[in-house]
This record gives sequence, C-alpha cells and structure tokens, in this order.
Amino acid sequence: MIWRRRPKRRAGVPVWVTALAAVAVLFFALPVIGLLWRAPWSHAWAYLTEDSALTALRLSMVCSLWATLLSIIFGVPLAWLLARVQFVGRSAVRALCMMSMVLPPVVGGVALFFALGRRGIVGQYLDRWFDLRLPFTTAGVVIAQTFVAMPFLVVTVEAALRQLDTSFEDAARTLGASRWYTFRRVTLPAIGPALAAGSALAWARALGEFGATITFAGNFPGTTQTMPLAVYLALETNPEQAIVLALVMIAISFAVLVALRDRWFIRAGSESTRVQR
Amino acid sequence: MRTKRLFLVSFVAILVPLVASCGAASGGEAAGSGDIVVFAASSLTDAFTDLAAAFNVVNPDAKVTFNFSGSSELVTQISQGAPADVFVSADDTNMKKLAAAGEVAGDPVAIAKNTFQIIVENGNPQGITGLADLAKPGLVVVLCAETVPCGQGAAKILKNSNVTMTPKSLEDRVKGVVAKVTAGEADAGIVFATDVQAAGDKAVGVEIPTDVNVVTNYPMAVTKEAPNAALAQVFIDFVSASQGQAILAKYGFLAP
Repeated sequence: MIWRRRPKRRAGVPVWVTALAAVAVLFFALPVIGLLWRAPWSHAWAYLTEDSALTALRLSMVCSLWATLLSIIFGVPLAWLLARVQFVGRSAVRALCMMSMVLPPVVGGVALFFALGRRGIVGQYLDRWFDLRLPFTTAGVVIAQTFVAMPFLVVTVEAALRQLDTSFEDAARTLGASRWYTFRRVTLPAIGPALAAGSALAWARALGEFGATITFAGNFPGTTQTMPLAVYLALETNPEQAIVLALVMIAISFAVLVALRDRWFIRAGSESTRVQR
Repeated sequence: MRTKRLFLVSFVAILVPLVASCGAASGGEAAGSGDIVVFAASSLTDAFTDLAAAFNVVNPDAKVTFNFSGSSELVTQISQGAPADVFVSADDTNMKKLAAAGEVAGDPVAIAKNTFQIIVENGNPQGITGLADLAKPGLVVVLCAETVPCGQGAAKILKNSNVTMTPKSLEDRVKGVVAKVTAGEADAGIVFATDVQAAGDKAVGVEIPTDVNVVTNYPMAVTKEAPNAALAQVFIDFVSASQGQAILAKYGFLAP
C-alpha cells in the first residue's frame, strides 16, 4: 500500500497551477450557481412532485441503468479485444466504435433509424419476423443511450488494460488458473477503478442523453420521455419547472459520483495497488 | 504598381468619410444597407431563404441572416438577449409572449396564414382518408408537443372532430414529425400544409375539412433591442408587399 489517500503536500503547489485550476472550477460551478440562483424555491417541491416529473425521473433512472449495464456487458469484452488482441484493422474498429462520441446525437438517432428502424437494415427483419419495433419504445431509449454512452466505458477500460502489467496474468495462468478465472480474479480487480470510472462516465452520459433519444425513440410521457426531454420541453412553457428538474438531475448525478469516488474508487484503487505490488 | 496603390488609397480616403457621413447624418435614410438577423419559425425556412435572396436583389447592400427554430424556443432566445432584429412567429401566442416580455417594438404585422394537413408517406400506403383513420389500432401516429404551435393546432383539430387517439410521440418541432413520417417510422402525423409541400415527393397530404381545421397567423415584428431597426422595418415591408407575398404563396402559405 503506497498511499491510501491524497498525499498531504499542499505547500509545493505552484500558484499558477492553483489559479488556473480555480478558473476551471469556477467555470463549472458558475452555471450551477446560476441555476440555484434562479430556481423558484417556493414552488420547487410542487414542480418536483408533479406526476409528469416523477414519471420522467423514474424512466431516466431505469433507462440509464440499463444502458450502463449493456455498456459493461458488451463494452468490457470490446475493450479487452482492442487492448490485447492484435488483428488487422484494429485501429479502424476502434475508431468505428468511438464514432458516436463525435457524431451529433441527433444524427446518431437518424442513423439508428436506418439500422434498427422499421425500414432499417436490420430493423425491417425484426419487424417482419418478430413483430419487434424499437422506435417509440422504452427499449429504443435504452438503445439510443447505450449507443452514445458505451464508448466512454470502452475508452477508459481499454486504457487501463493497456497500462496493466501482464506478468500477473501470466503468473496466474502458469499456476494453472483458467482464462476466465484469471480474468475474474486478477485482471478485473486490477482494472476495477477504471471500470468504475468508465461505468460512471457512461451512466452520466446516458442520463443526460437528449438528441439521439428524441430522434430515435421520440418523446412520449411514460414510455420515452426521459428527464432531459422533459426539461427541454418544460423550458418552452414553464422555465421555472425546467430549472427545478435540471437541478434534480444535477443533484442525483452529483451524489452518485461523489459516493462512487469515496467508496468504490478509493477502495478499488488501494486493492489494485496491492495487486500490482 | 505605385499609381495603382495611390489610386486605391485615394479611393478609400474619399469613400470612408462619405460612407461615415451617410451613416451619421441620417440613421433612418440608410435603411437599405447593413446587417439584420431574422429569428423565424422553422416552418418558414424555405420560403424565407428565398425571400432574402429576392430582398438582396432590391437592396444589394443589405445582408439578412436567419435563425430558424421552434417559435417558443426563439422567444426564449430573444428574451435571454440573443441579437435579433426581426421575429416571425408561427402563431399569435408566442408573439404575445415576446411582447409581454417587453421585447417587441411596435405592432406586429400579419404576413401569412397556414392550415393543417395529415402528412402520410408518399403513395399513402395505409390508405388514410381522414382524421377518423388516425385512431385505427396499430397505426403509428406522431404529433407535435402542445408547447409548439403545430401541437396546439393538432390538439384543437382532434378535439373539433371528436377523434381520440394516442400518439406514439410528441415531437418538439414540426420538422420532427415530418422526419419520422418521411423516414417511414411513423404512418401519419398532423403538420402545417406548407410542411407537406416542403417535404417534396417523400410525403403527401390528406386534407382536413375546413370546419374542423385550424388557421394560424404568422405575425412579424421588429424587436425592441434590434441593432438595425431601420433595415428590419424595410425587410418587413418587403415581405408584406406583393413580391414578398408572391414568394410566400409559392411555398403554400395563405394570404394574411
């Protein structure tokens, strides 16, 4: 165990680093303070407990957690493949899987139509053979969110896998551990912090997803209207409610990210140092 | 080379004070020049792009730039200080909202009217003949959300005709409905007649009877904070006059 917590060496921090960092913090804090400043505190509870708000909030939570789960299930193997296996066109495959990070989400939504919509390359068969239609459904929301969120997990986990010293895995394998056992007991704990960070990033991205969702899944209360969509529409009729809903999203993600940082990241972090030593 | 530069310098030397005095002396008289920014409802996209080109022929020194979006979003943007000279709304409600916020100078002018149609994919594969068909089970219908003019119109039309149906989606703008129908993901929607025309050969319209249909106004006004109010007024006059009206009619808008 090299260090559990941040080493206490504040005296050596150059002033200009602190100054620039302070500007960055202010840059992020001011918009939030602006929202807090304009929030209609006397009506906040009434806006929040409106059925439409609660429905959107519930839907957002369910969809973003599903999107995170799917990102982990498919993203970790993808990251492993990209980090560990040499194959022709690997850079191209990686770039392809990162595409949705730079694609404007609305365009992503249209592209999902062409792939999975009723007339899409695959979607037409889903419709014809299984009577399965993804647009305008909650499953469509999860797909749109996964599409934009998964790259964040893949990038983070792949970077961790690349930095990992493979000698521990090799040792486990020579000692007779199966591939799966090695992955589960050696690799996974070592990349734990990265996996947690990647999952948190993917979840946060899924929670805030707007463009791909409204394009591919549409906007209907209860089935596809997530919080960002509700906030956007409220902004046009009732800006006060929009501010309250936005603050709730901020509060939830803030709480989750802080809690993760303190419990999961640090504990997993110290564990990984132990493994590496 | 030298004489050329000398010529250029003297040319500029004469021109600059000339232009400057022009601007300083009149203010109102130099109306046909400068820049204006027009915030217009997204249903006007094609018509107004065409209008600006025609306006430029008459006023070669004027430059018109656009911001097309949902009317209510434009109201939000102007209220938050976006630099607009002219606002054109797809309904009276949003113009009133902007006026109530103290952002409109003078009285708005009605420049056009619009009605609604049912938009279906080209060839009308589902055989939709009227509003009652929208309630058919299994049909995927998308409408605008009631926060935007097309959604309010659609809701009123359905109420007028006693049709109850559940849409699959409530889009935040009229082009969202058009996009979902032309992509083949939705079977039908209710949009402005002009949007059906703008969709070209990808979609066709099914008429809605006039006794249940809704007619919307397009009011146009100079904004309070307009950086170039004079040119803004010239542009509004141009749109209201015969040439502007002819262009609007070409895109399916009705006379105000």
